[in-house]
Amino acid sequence: MSSDSTVSAGGAMKRNRRMKLPAPNALVGSTLIAILLAAAGTGALWTPYDPLKLSFREKLVAPSALHWLGTDEFGRDVLSRLMAGAATSVWISILTVTLAVVMGTAIGLVSGYLRGWADRVIMAFNDALLAFPGILLALGLLAVLGANKYGIIVALGIAYTPSVARVVRGTVLSLREREFIAASRVMGNGEGFTMLRHILPNCIAPLTVLATSMFGYVLLAESALSFLGLGVPPPAPTWGNMLAGSRPYIDQAAWLGIFPGLAISLTLLGINLLGDALRDRLDPRMRGAR
Amino acid sequence: MTTTAPLLDVAHLTLTIGTGGRRVVDDVSFQVFPGEIVGIVGESGSGKTLAARAVMGFVPPAVRLAGGSIRFEGQDVMAMSGKELRAMRGAKVGMVFQEPMTSLNPSMLIGRQLDEGLALHRRLDASARRALILDMLKRVGLRDPEGALDSYPHQFSGGMRQRIMLASVMLLKPALLLADEPTTALDAVVQRDVMELMVELTQANDTAVLLISHDLGMVARYCSRIVVMCRGEVVEQGTAEDILARPQHPYTRKLLAAMPQRLPARFLPQGETPIVAVRDLVVDYPGRQGFFRRSAPKRALHGISIDVQPGEVVAVVGGSGSGKTTLGQSIAGLVKPAGGEILFNGKPIAKSDTAYWDYRLNCQMVFQDPYSSLDPRMTIRQLVGEPLRLVEDMDTSARQARIAEVLAEVGLSDGFAERFPHELSGGQRQRVAIARAIVRRPSFVIADEPVSALDVTVRAQVLALFDELQKKHGFSCLFISHDLGVVEQVADRVVVMQDGRIVEEGPRDAIFDAPRHPYTRKLLSAVPGLEATGDGGVRLFWRLGEGEAKAPA
Repeated sequence: MSSDSTVSAGGAMKRNRRMKLPAPNALVGSTLIAILLAAAGTGALWTPYDPLKLSFREKLVAPSALHWLGTDEFGRDVLSRLMAGAATSVWISILTVTLAVVMGTAIGLVSGYLRGWADRVIMAFNDALLAFPGILLALGLLAVLGANKYGIIVALGIAYTPSVARVVRGTVLSLREREFIAASRVMGNGEGFTMLRHILPNCIAPLTVLATSMFGYVLLAESALSFLGLGVPPPAPTWGNMLAGSRPYIDQAAWLGIFPGLAISLTLLGINLLGDALRDRLDPRMRGAR
Repeated sequence: MTTTAPLLDVAHLTLTIGTGGRRVVDDVSFQVFPGEIVGIVGESGSGKTLAARAVMGFVPPAVRLAGGSIRFEGQDVMAMSGKELRAMRGAKVGMVFQEPMTSLNPSMLIGRQLDEGLALHRRLDASARRALILDMLKRVGLRDPEGALDSYPHQFSGGMRQRIMLASVMLLKPALLLADEPTTALDAVVQRDVMELMVELTQANDTAVLLISHDLGMVARYCSRIVVMCRGEVVEQGTAEDILARPQHPYTRKLLAAMPQRLPARFLPQGETPIVAVRDLVVDYPGRQGFFRRSAPKRALHGISIDVQPGEVVAVVGGSGSGKTTLGQSIAGLVKPAGGEILFNGKPIAKSDTAYWDYRLNCQMVFQDPYSSLDPRMTIRQLVGEPLRLVEDMDTSARQARIAEVLAEVGLSDGFAERFPHELSGGQRQRVAIARAIVRRPSFVIADEPVSALDVTVRAQVLALFDELQKKHGFSCLFISHDLGVVEQVADRVVVMQDGRIVEEGPRDAIFDAPRHPYTRKLLSAVPGLEATGDGGVRLFWRLGEGEAKAPA
């Protein structure tokens, strides 16, 4: 109950801020995301040091001119690992969210628009999946799929599909009772056309919000999986396994946890800001509201 | 009556909104004397609701009092403390709201809801309160008052709920009753019953009524004095008789002119093949379906047959639940009939794909709610152009030309094409909906309550437009409405429906002047007839009054 009320209060605050300062929010969001994408892009090709190279003489060095963000317990450069990890983490998150949104939207759209028996069966199955915590479901799937990058993507993608399907179905249910859907059918448009032309575009606003918040969950879920030893296997760096690996050294080398944590937080902030701005841009009703 | 002190004296009331100080209520003055019924008439945005709510001390936080005063029984309402206001509300001033569906608490028993105000304002023990409540419920016409006490609001219809609401307010015998559009959400017949009840109860208790409405006909029928408001200002006030017969202000004249009036009957060639013929149409709505149980389907239409001749406007009228909307939807193909058939130009549409497609392209529909019938993500050009997608051999330039032509026809010229629906007013949206329905030049249009969501003067304009387009293009029309005034203006023939059956049908003049079925008579007695008196005034008359017709006193 209390979490519900805080969520809605936060939403209202966000809405207020957006009404007053729509431009700064889009600006900050896109800057953060640009930095992230640049880091992910260069990280895949070039890093200050080899992110995998061990150097026991330099282990647990505090941030300095040589190693801007310090080194870890094997003497690997944290900045280089963060940059290389960005590529992996962002890639995993983008693919996972895309997978979940595509599958969830398809299921929700069909289920909500057709109603009847198909809807009941699909939603019963969907709700059964929703009853498991996402991470548990992903763990089970990972055990089957194998712990590697693509295993994680598929497992998390499937784990997050039911919540997307729920949201889309709810939106579709309210949309299909609106008169413009009846108008489309009276015009002679086929059911498929009506669904794609009139229902799907009107689902975009809730989907953008959902996808941006899900991006954050996926980043965290990936680190949780790494923490449990089922993430991307070492030595390849991801933000999640860097965070997980920092735990034993948290009192001697706090930077090991702080920097990956900061990277995740800033990414989430950027994505949320950008998502809000994007939703407003995509919705004709919000245009010119500034 | 005017020799006594006024019960409510609103003087030069000015309310402003926001930082700009826009005047939403501007220098409004009117008085209500004990026991009298005063009507405030105006369209949406006229400030009538705001002015009335200010009397109760209910003003939205953004609205500020910029001048003037409200005196109730000689006391300044605006200067009252919270405690004094609470003592006044309910006990001395009662209020009936527009929406009977939401003005009662759905999770509270009727008995407890009625008891609430009584316990608060009267020193009576529980059994005395119960006796009062039962007596009041009996007076508002509830069949089983004892049972009603232990029922929830959802167990009653809209009309019954409005009666209960009225009972809860009148229990406290207030000196003034504020009624804000009390019957707008109800259908014509129920509307009349509730109004009659309200007048009877308030007269019996010597309660004054401030009736707020957009419906000039209704206000004129029950009120002794009328205040006409427009854009926050009082443009005219006077006795009901004067306002109707000798309107002074142009806005009042416009309101009166906007009331639907009968046009001379048209001559239409008969005897051809009907363009659309409906035969024995039966529609069932499935009952509640669960995984394991399923209740019996409910029959919405019991074998309806209607012929629509080329160029003819056939009106379907009836109260809510009469099945008129279901009829329109099943003829439009939105609801699958359980039996019967539809013939288009003599060919049954269910028999062949070509006949069905021919019908599909030629049958269009205008919906009731202009706020939900247009896809919010599409521009006006896209919306109006969409039906043309299915027209073969029409190239892009021909399409654009047709869109421009139709938009001009409905009075929305160039500037509108690239706008989105949310940038348009209700009347403009309904024009878009009409444009979309006629862009393919259909031969048959179904209009489901096309003007009932619009303001009075806008309604008159849209109706006139519809009429003009119908004459110009000659499409046949099935016009579904609960508003007999509108029907009288547009229809050639009228079909009266009740409980999924046709009870009477015939030419418009025959139905309006010599109705045979009791239900038709009841429907007609609920709406006023109008007669222009020249010089912009009208005379109101009541059809088939059965001795109940009241002259506006």
